[in-house]
Amino acid sequence: MRAADVLLGGLQGLRARKVRAALSALGIAIGIAAGVAVLGISASAKADLLAQLGAEANLLTVSAGQSFDGSPAPLPATAEPMIARIPPVQSVSAVAFVTGASVRRTAAILPISTGGITVLAAQPGLLATVRGGVASGVFLNAGTARYPAVVLGAVAARTLGIDQVTSGTQVYLGGQYFTVIGILSQVPLAPEIDEAALVGFPVAHALLGLDGQPTEIYLRALPDQVQAVASVLPFTASPAQPEGVQVSRPSSVLAARVAARTAFTGLFLALGAVAILVGGVGIANIMVISVLERRAEIGLRRALGAARRHVALQFLAESLLLAVFGSAAGVLLGAAATGGYALATSHAFALPGVAVAAGFGVGAGVGALAGLYPATRAARLAPAEALRSA
Amino acid sequence: MTAVLEVSNVTKTYPGAPPVAALTAVSVTIHTAQRTAVLGPSGSGKSTLLNVLGTLERPTQGTVRISGREVSALSDAELSAVRAHRLGFVFQAFHLLDHLDAVHNVALGLTYRAVPARARLAAAATALGRVGLAGRLTHRPAQLSGGERQRVAIARAVIGRPAVVLADEPTGNLDSATGAEIIALLGDLADEGTAIVVITHDQAVAAAMDRRVLMRDGRIVADDGGPL
Repeated sequence: MRAADVLLGGLQGLRARKVRAALSALGIAIGIAAGVAVLGISASAKADLLAQLGAEANLLTVSAGQSFDGSPAPLPATAEPMIARIPPVQSVSAVAFVTGASVRRTAAILPISTGGITVLAAQPGLLATVRGGVASGVFLNAGTARYPAVVLGAVAARTLGIDQVTSGTQVYLGGQYFTVIGILSQVPLAPEIDEAALVGFPVAHALLGLDGQPTEIYLRALPDQVQAVASVLPFTASPAQPEGVQVSRPSSVLAARVAARTAFTGLFLALGAVAILVGGVGIANIMVISVLERRAEIGLRRALGAARRHVALQFLAESLLLAVFGSAAGVLLGAAATGGYALATSHAFALPGVAVAAGFGVGAGVGALAGLYPATRAARLAPAEALRSA
Repeated sequence: MTAVLEVSNVTKTYPGAPPVAALTAVSVTIHTAQRTAVLGPSGSGKSTLLNVLGTLERPTQGTVRISGREVSALSDAELSAVRAHRLGFVFQAFHLLDHLDAVHNVALGLTYRAVPARARLAAAATALGRVGLAGRLTHRPAQLSGGERQRVAIARAVIGRPAVVLADEPTGNLDSATGAEIIALLGDLADEGTAIVVITHDQAVAAAMDRRVLMRDGRIVADDGGPL
C-alpha cells in the first residue's frame, strides 16, 4: 500500500463523517488556538515592552525620599551640576516640587479640588532626558521658563479637561493665571510627570516661592555604564548625606511587567494544554466508536488484502489528519485572536514561529497518541468475525 | 485442469464450552475455471469452509494450498498479500463503502497491491464496463439497485484478475431474475479461467454450476465432482 493511499483513505474516511470529524477536531482546535493566541498576544505585548526596555534601560532617577509631610524631600542644589560631571552621564535634568501650589481650571473652583495635580519646576532639557513627547503645543524653553507659562502632563491635562492648546488657554496655578503652552504625551517611565503641571525654574522662583533645590533628577548614562553610574550617584548627589539618596532605574518596572506577563503565559498555556488533552481524548473516543461502527469495512479491507498494519495505518492516518486539521484551524484562530488584540491595542502584531510550529507539532502528536489504541484495536479484529458483524 | 485451491483434512474448532466443531476432516480441491456450488443447511459449515478457503480464518488442523503453495505457515502480511493477488470475494451484503462512488469502490480491490491511483481508477472503469455498469461509474451505492450493487461488488472482486472468486450467498438479497443475471455474470468469469466457489441455498443457482458440494454438520457428504 502506498503512502498516498494511506492519506487518501484517511481523508475519505473523514469525509464520510464530516460533522463528527469537525466536532472532534474542534477540541484540538480550541486548545491550539488558546495556546497560539496566548503566545501571540504575549509576544505582541512583550515586543513593545522589550523595545521600550531596550531604549529606556539607561534612565536613572535620583531623589531624596519623602519629608515628614509626604512631600518630596529636597536634594542639595549642587546635585545636578555634580551629576552632570560624571563622565558616562549623557544628559541630566532636574525637577523641583513646588510646595503648596495647586492647579485649578479657574479661581472659582474650590482650592481643595486640586485633582491630585502637582506643580513641578522643570528645566527645558527634561523632555529630552525622559524622552517624552509633546502632544499639543510646545515645551518650556529658556524664554517661556521666565514667564507664567505652564506645560501639562497627559493625566493632568485630562483632569483639567484641556485636550488642545489654544491661545489664551489658562489655568489658575498657585494663586494666579498661567498660560497653557503645551500638553505632553504620556511618559511611560516617569508617570509622576504625567500628573504634573510643569513651570520654569525662574518663574517658580519669582512667583511660587521655590528655593531652587531640586527634588528629583533624571539622567541618562551610557548603556554599558549604568550600574557604575548608579553606584556613585548617592555620593555625588549628596556628599553629606549619601544614605538619604534614592537611586532608581524606572526600566526595572518594565522588566517586572515582562516577567508578570510571562508568568500568566505559563498559566494560560497550561489551560490550553488541558484543552488539547481533552481534545485528544475526544479524538480517541470518536476513533474507538468509529472502529466499532466500521467492523464490516475493516473485514472487507482485510478480505481485499489489507494486512493488519494497513488497517492500523488507516485509522492512525484518520486520527492524525483530524488532529492536523484541528491544529490548522487552531493556529488560524489563534493568529486571528492575536491580530484582533494587536489591532485593538495598537500593539505590533507578533506571532512567534515557535508557537505555530509547536501548535502543529503538539496537535499532530496528540492525534497520533489518540489514534494508537483505536488503530491497534482495528488491526486486531479477526477478518471473518468483522465481516460477520455486518 | 490445475488445482488452484486445495484444502486437505481441514478441521476448524471454535473454542468454548463445549468446543464447536465447524469443520471436520474436510478435503476439497478447486480447479481452474471450475464453477462450484457449496450447498447445505444453516450451520453445516459452508461459510467456515469459504473463510478457510479464502484465508480469512486459519484451520485448527489440516492444510490449505493456494496455487500449490501451502499457506498455513505464512505471516499475516504474507497471507494478506495472497488475498490481494490471488483471491476475490463477493458477499451477500455487498459490503460496498457508502461514501465512495462505484468506480472508487471497485478500485479499492487494487489498493493493497500498490497500484498507482490513476491506474486503479482506469482498471475499475474497465471492470465496471465488463459487468455492464459503464454508465454508473460515479453513482454511490445508495443510488444503485440491489443487482447493480452486487455487480459493483463483482467488479471489485475480479479487478485484480484473481485465480478464485469466493461468493457467499451472492444472490441472497436479490430477486430471482436479478440473481440469475448475477450467476450468469459469475459464470462468464469462469469462462475466462477464474474458478468460482458459490455458497448458496438456491437449487437453481446450484444447478447452473459445474459442480455441487453438499455439506452437513461440518463434513462434505456429497460431491459430484463436476465434469472432468
